[in-house]
This record gives sequence, structure tokens and C-alpha cells, in this order.
Amino acid sequence: MRKVYNRILQIAGNVIMLEAQNVASGELAMINSRHGASLAQVIRLDQDQVYLQVFAGSRGLSTGDEVRFLGHSMQVSSSPKLLGRIFNGSGVPRDNGPELDEALIDIGGPSVNPAKRIIPENMIRTGIPMIDVFNTLVESQKLPIFSIPGEPYNELLARIAMQAEVDVIILGGMGVKYDDYLYLRDTLDEHGALHKSVLFIHTAADPVVECLLVPDMCLAVAEAYAVEGKRALVLLTDFTNFADALKEIAITMEQIPSNRGYPGDLYSQLAARYEKAVDFDGAGSITILAVTTMPGDDVTHPVPDNTGYITEGQFYLKGGKIDPFGSLSRLKQNVNKVTRDDHRTIMDTMIRLYADCLESREKQSMGFRMSTWDTKLLQYGDLFETRMMDLSKNVALEDALDDGWAALAECFDPEETGIKTDMLEKFWPKKSEASN
Amino acid sequence: MPDKKGRVTGVNGNLVRVRFDESVLQNEVATINCKGTQLKGEVIRIRGQEAEMQVFEDTSGVSVGDEVAFTDDLLSVELGPGILKQVYDGLQNPLYKLAEKSGFFLERGLYLDPIDRDVDWDYSPTVKVGDSVKAGDTVGTVPEGIFKHRVMIPFSWSDTWTVTWVVDPGSYNVDTVVCKVKNSKGQENDVTMVQKWPIKKPIVNYKEKVLPVDTLVTKKRLIDSFFPVARGGTFCTPGPFGAGKTVLQHSLSQHSEADIVIVAACGERAGEVVEVLREFPHLSDPRTGKTLMDRTIIICNTSSMPVAAREASVYTAVTLAEYYRQMGLHVLLLADSTSRWAQALREMSGRLEEIPGEEAFPAYLESLIAGFYERAGLVELDDGSTGSVTIGGTVSPAGGNFEEPVTQGTLKVVGCFLGLSRARANARRFPSIDPLESWSKYKSVVDNDQVTTARSILKRSHDVHQMMMVVGEEGTSNDDYIIYQKGEFLDAVYLQQDTFDDVDGACSVERQQEVFNTLMMVLTAKFALGDKDKIRTYFNRLRQLFIDWNFIASGTEAYDEKVKLIEAMIKEAQDA
Ligand SMILES: Nc1ncnc2c1ncn2[C@@H]1O[C@H](COP(=O)(O)OP(=O)(O)OP(=O)(O)O)[C@@H](O)[C@H]1O
Ligand SMILES: [Mg+2]
Repeated sequence: MRKVYNRILQIAGNVIMLEAQNVASGELAMINSRHGASLAQVIRLDQDQVYLQVFAGSRGLSTGDEVRFLGHSMQVSSSPKLLGRIFNGSGVPRDNGPELDEALIDIGGPSVNPAKRIIPENMIRTGIPMIDVFNTLVESQKLPIFSIPGEPYNELLARIAMQAEVDVIILGGMGVKYDDYLYLRDTLDEHGALHKSVLFIHTAADPVVECLLVPDMCLAVAEAYAVEGKRALVLLTDFTNFADALKEIAITMEQIPSNRGYPGDLYSQLAARYEKAVDFDGAGSITILAVTTMPGDDVTHPVPDNTGYITEGQFYLKGGKIDPFGSLSRLKQNVNKVTRDDHRTIMDTMIRLYADCLESREKQSMGFRMSTWDTKLLQYGDLFETRMMDLSKNVALEDALDDGWAALAECFDPEETGIKTDMLEKFWPKKSEASN
Repeated sequence: MPDKKGRVTGVNGNLVRVRFDESVLQNEVATINCKGTQLKGEVIRIRGQEAEMQVFEDTSGVSVGDEVAFTDDLLSVELGPGILKQVYDGLQNPLYKLAEKSGFFLERGLYLDPIDRDVDWDYSPTVKVGDSVKAGDTVGTVPEGIFKHRVMIPFSWSDTWTVTWVVDPGSYNVDTVVCKVKNSKGQENDVTMVQKWPIKKPIVNYKEKVLPVDTLVTKKRLIDSFFPVARGGTFCTPGPFGAGKTVLQHSLSQHSEADIVIVAACGERAGEVVEVLREFPHLSDPRTGKTLMDRTIIICNTSSMPVAAREASVYTAVTLAEYYRQMGLHVLLLADSTSRWAQALREMSGRLEEIPGEEAFPAYLESLIAGFYERAGLVELDDGSTGSVTIGGTVSPAGGNFEEPVTQGTLKVVGCFLGLSRARANARRFPSIDPLESWSKYKSVVDNDQVTTARSILKRSHDVHQMMMVVGEEGTSNDDYIIYQKGEFLDAVYLQQDTFDDVDGACSVERQQEVFNTLMMVLTAKFALGDKDKIRTYFNRLRQLFIDWNFIASGTEAYDEKVKLIEAMIKEAQDA
């Protein structure tokens, strides 16, 4: 039985300090206060002084509250009974189900040996042309959805989750609105996916520090499945809240901020989570999709900026659409060489012509004369937006490629498209088809 | 060695404070006994009887009172045959061997021999009894892949030595004593095939450092012709995320005309290293006919691996580079990304509560950056041969803004600046090196004056384009419009290059010269083409021909045919 302490010497922000011996860095403690029990984690040791970050927050804590060290760091169950269950950030059930304490594993474990990774090569089909055709999602990819508040990012997340062929879905909510949590849960349920899902939900009303645990809980569980050969899809929303929680702790600990108040290790902190995405040599995989809201629609804000430096591209959600220029899947070249011969051609050509169209639109708005070429581009731009960019579309990649050719043929002569001759011969729609 | 011990008195992230009894060295390596697991760290500050260590591992589980053993050694690497083709972490742990031992995950506190003891090497002595030798002199060689690996007197041995015994030629492992030497004081030392060297100290066993003159051919037209890199020189490639830094570095690591390439993946994505380590063993090196892996060393301390080891990784990489340079080889070191190294410094500096400089980077950041790039250079060795270390580092500036400490600190010390631009990347103009912002102090593979002419056309074309955005095509003169088209043409057919195409991806010097000369015919021509529609059509057609040409292998009939077509088309359209 470990010693119980009941003299807290300092309470500042969500960090408390007391004197104790034989405590390990990262160890967990249980604090019992008038308002209930909370877990806390050791974040700094200085001689006998032990600093703990209190997951439920320090509000209402008393200097006389009881602190009991548990002798281990944060753990989560990896039992198969997890499936279909919903927990909060510190792993407490929020679905009235029983607590799970079998097959406990540490969270935030070591990183994967790069020698045990393989080059990812399986496309994840989503049925969304802007993704499948232009920014193909690949198994084991880590990809954020950059978005301004108010965009339908959770809908997009849910949509991809429903469509993707994966074995388990792990959903982590960080500071999500309660309604959004219900929406995500119900969507999984309606599509019969809840039984293969595990949810760790921290809502906006929950204590801030608990938010910090969510990605690690999700990823530890995902890792356990992936090692067993399963394909895990981890959905996280919203990573910006996680970064803000980090900022809050850093400021409490009087760390010198590096950029707009965020701690200097923001990059490493985010990378430690995102790098859990993996395609194992001889086992399963982890794919991570994470919503990252951008304060003020500013990509250079430290959170999206650091994220972009870590992830393998991004989906940029803007005006309810996936922006064709800001978005990028850096792994698409791993898969689009084998999907269909014309995949890359359609991808490159349609984007290039759409960029030209935007230029023509600008000229038009400035009152310059529209040439015949400009007029064609304007027509094409409208088609591109309705047939390709619409997020409600659900079509197979092959059909989307055919749609692409049809749109080109409706607007242009073949040689105007800059497509190589052999491709044109093979794929350009015959006259009769195009006019239908 | 004295058994120096200490005890942990504080833990703050990966910074651990230790009380010691005797004496400790600055930058001495020590290990913390964390419930039986030995965690390696390096002393980075000493105050009174307390030393502060940056620990190269996750410190969870460390408690106040844990025992610390000091090693009396500075952080060092092992040098010897068998380093080529290896994949190491930042502390020179062999990753494939680690995977054999600990499976999918990197196990804390597990350290393995960087150089395999089970391999035997065909050793041929090059000295005989009675010869006089000093540090850095070769005493024998072993074949390591495509190179003759020199076994040298350890770089740290001062004094001159007389050879007293030499092993017979034969097959031995690296720990075998291959020769014995004695100095004037009568001290006798054994020489084996391995030696250790502290990574933060440059190896300086050469006659002199000389000015880099020869171009290091990268087969990228934009680099070799416009912003060349020299053998023994330095260059940096800053750019916002997704601009193409890593793709460019990978391409350089494949096509550059260096003997050895060291890829230092410093704090970036593991997936990117995996591409190199899975693909290089299957890609052939046109220079040697062997695989690319045969000339490659990978140092891999990716972003989720311990931060302090990330700081060490760039030094590990440059020390290995200097070692092979000592064999008269030309080594190219590519570090991606130096910003992650700087951030590791920043994290440590913050924990040490040092007074921060700009963006919370430590005040000594610039001098550390300078010190790192200074380890590049072309040297004349004592035996008269030359070797070089060329360093190219990517920089990942926050928000893509070059006005930040790491970019600025780097620009002060490098000889070539290849600035990657977001706009060019978005427009899919690859390599996305900005031709208006970049510069180089080194020698081009084509005529310098002509490069100046070409650059001025590029600049004017850019200006015309800006103007056209305001006044429209209607308000632009035909002459200006031609300048604009010439600039765009130069960009499309010469600056842009398809990295992933077998032919276009690697453009030899001879080919660059030929294409450049033809290009100059276009740039200097006085065209009589008519109205703007005609001008645009003409340049579109010419561009299509040129681009097709870029994708045709040299020395083929199709190649010669294209040249004829292009030249005819240029002649046709000129003013009488
Ligand atoms: N030369 C190129 N040709 C074609 N595509 C390219 C080229 N360079 C970059 N790209 C595209 O841009 C993407 C990002 O490139 P890269 O990974 O090199 O960026 P980066 O500058 O290293 O970004 P980060 O700082 O985030 O690491 C690639 O996945 C690829 O899709
Ligand atoms: Mg990169």
C-alpha cells in the first residue's frame, strides 16, 4: 500500500504541487476531494517537490485533499470488449457500461521503428470525387481537415468513416460540442458501425486537461488493434483544442512561449501523435484523420502551420467544399499510378484548367474582354464545381473519371486540353457520347 | 576508469538534474538506472555539485534518487568499415538490428553496436614495421562495397608513432588488432579497424581546407545552371510545408554526383525515410552499376523519436561524412530539416530557463548553425588526395516566412540559397525553387554571362506579367508580350523538371549545355510573329516541342529529330 499525502502546497492553474518521495516522472495519482475523485499526472520532479497536472481541473481542490500515487502511468484497456463503448478523456465510461480494466496497456508508448514500416499503397475509397480523384486518401495516411469554424467538418469526417473499408473506427473528441458528439455517435449507430467503434469523448464542458489524454488513448487502442493485423481508422476532432490545452498547461508552468503563446515543443507534441499513423510490415495499419480548425482562417497560425509540417497533406474545407488548390494528399502518387491509366491525367488537367478558369473569372470581374478561350473556361469552371466539387456526390472513382472526360469534352476541343495524344486517343469521349 | 556516480534530484521532461560527488565533464555521457533500464543522456550544464542532463529517451518512470553512472566519454560515434548502407538512429543505433531485437517498437534503453562485430573484412596492410605514422594516416585498407575503406590511426592520437607490428593480410573482424605502434615516450598502442570520435568536434586531420571550385552536379537544370552547388560547399532549401523540400532532397540523393550520400532525416516524417530505405536497395546507381543503397547512409531520427537524440543526429551525420572524406571521397550530406534540430535546441534551452532570443530560440542558435555548416568543405589530405563534405539543409520556417531566426541564421553562412515558394508549388511548377529570389556563389555548368541574360529576361517577364494583371493584355505592347512569353517559356522548358520521369528527372551536364544553348536561341531571338494570339500560339507550340524533347532519351534518333524541328521553328519566326 502506497503512502497517502494530504498536504497540497501549491495550486496554480490546473497544476498542484506537494512534497512526496519515491514518485516517478509520468506517474498517476488519484486525488479525492469534496467534489469527487480525479486522476492527476506527475509532470515535474524537483527534489521532494512533485508537480501534478489534475485532469478534472483544480477548481474546488483543497490543500487538505488526499493524494494517492498509483505506481503506474496512464493506461487504457485494449480488451475486445472496448468495441461499441464510449468513454471520456480519462477512460471513464460515459455510456453507463461497466469500467474496463482488462488487458491494460500504457498510453503514449514508444514510436514505431522505421525499419518496421512499409510504403503505404492501398487507396481508401470515399466516393467523394474531390478526394478519390484529386487528393486520394491512402491507408495509414495522417491527414488533417483544415477548416474554419462553421464548416461541415464533422459531417465530412462521418462521411469518410462510413465509406471507408476499415476494421475498427476510433473516434476521439476534443472539446467537441455536445451536439456534435451526439451527431457523430448517432451517425455511426445508424450505419451500423458503432459495434466496430470505440469513442473517447471530451466535450467542451469537460475539464480542459482531460482533453490532452484523448489522442493518446485513441492511438494506444488503435496501435493494439493494428499490431493484431487490423486496419484502424482514427478520427480526431478538433486538434486545435488539444493544442490550446497544451498552451494552457505550458503557461501555468511558466514555460517561455515560442509563437502566439504556444509552447516551443508544439511541433514535437503534435508529431508524437500523428506519427502513430503507420502501415506495419507484417501487421495492420493506423490511418488518422483529424479536424484542425483554423482561427481566423489563417493557415500560418501555429496550429495548422505545425500540423502541415507533420501530416501527409491536408484537406482544406472552405465554403462547404474541399478546396482544389489548398488541399493535397502527399501519398496519392503511391496509389494513383495503379487505379486507372487516366487517373493522373484527369487529376492534373482538370485542376490546371480550373486554375485557368479562376484567372478568367478574375479578368471578367475586372471588366476585361472575354476571348473565346475565356468563355470556354468559364463554362468549364461551372461544370467542374457542380460535378466534381460537390461534397454530397457519392460516385465510384471510375465513374468520376468518366464524368471528368465528359465535362472536358463538353467544353473543349481535345488539343486545347494539353493532354498527351495517346491518352486522348484512348479516353476522349466520341462525339455522340459527348453530345448526349 | 573511476566509477563516477550520481543521483537524480529533479526531472523536467527530458531534462534531468543529477547530484554528483566527484567531477564531471561538460557533454559527458551518463546513464540513468530507471528500474533496471539504462537511459542514456548527455551533460549540458553544470552548476555546483549538480549536473543537468538532456536524456535521449522518454523519461517517464525516472524518480528522484535513481542512480546515475557517468562514463567519462563525450557523445561519440564508432567509425570503421560497415557504416555504408546502414540505417541508424540519431545516436548511431542500427535500426534493422533493433527491429530484430525489439520488434515493431523502439525499446527504451536498448543500445546496439553500430558496427557489426560478426562481419569479417579482407584486410590489406599498407604500412610495414618501422614506418612512421601519425593520426589520420592509413595503415591498411579493406574493400567496403565499391570503395577502398582506409583503416586509419585514430584521429585523436597526438604524437608520431613507429609501427612495431603488422597483422598478415587476411579476413578479420573490426576489433582485431591490425597493427601496433609505439611513440617516443615508449607508449605502445594497438590499432584496430574501429575508432571513436566525439560528434560535436570536427575531424581536422588534413593538410588544409581549400576553396570549393568544382560544381557538384545534381542533374537538376535549375540548380546546376542557375544556382549551382559546389563540392565542399553548402546550400539551404527553406520553404513552407508542402513546397517540395523533401522531394527535392530525395531526388538530389539519387542523382547527385557524389561518392557517398548521407541522408539525415532529422525530426521529420518516418514515412519519408521508409521510402528511401525501401526503394534505394532496388534503384540502380548509373555511376557504379550497383544499387543506390551501396553509397548511402541513413541517419533517421524522425519527429516522434526522442528530441535530444534529434539534436545529436545532425552531428552524428556530419561526423560520418567527415570520416569518409578522410578517405579521399566526396560526400554529400542532406539534412531534412535543420529547423527541427533548432527546435530541439529551443526545447532544451527553455527547460534550462535560459534567456530566450527571437521566437524563444536560444541566443547561441546562429553560432551553432554556423558551426554545423562550417564542417562542410573541400580538404587536401596529408597524402595529397582531396575529399569533401557538401552540406545541404532544408529549413522549415514557421508560417513559411523566411524572416525568422533559423532561415536568417542559415542564410548568413551558406554559399547557395534555394528558396522554395508556395506559389510555385501551388502552381505545380516543380522544383518549386524561386528563380527570382534564389542565389548561389558557386560556378554554373553553363556560361555565366548567358545565365545573367536569361535571368534578366525572367525578371522582365515577371514585371510584364504583374503589369498585365492591371492593364490587361490589351494594354500590353506586343514586344512586352513576347518578353513575357519568353520568360514563361524559359520557366516551363528549363527551370521546371519532372522529378519522377526517368529521362527528364536527371539531366546530365552535356545535355544541360545543349538544351541551354537552344533555349538561348529562343531568348535572344527577335521574333516577328504578329498579334498576341499568334504569339501565344507560337510559344505554345514551341513549348510543346521542347517539353517533348526533354522527355526523349539522349542519343536516340527521336532526340535528333526533335532538335531539328525546334531549330527550324525558331529560324522560321525570326525577323529578317
Ligand atoms: N518535384 C515535384 N514534382 C511533383 N510533385 C512534387 C514535387 N515536389 C513536391 N511535390 C508534391 O508536393 C508534396 C509535398 O512535397 P514535400 O514532401 O517535398 O514537401 P516539403 O517541403 O518537404 O514539406 P514539409 O515541410 O511539410 O516536409 C509531394 O507529396 C508532392 O505531391
Ligand atoms: Mg519535408
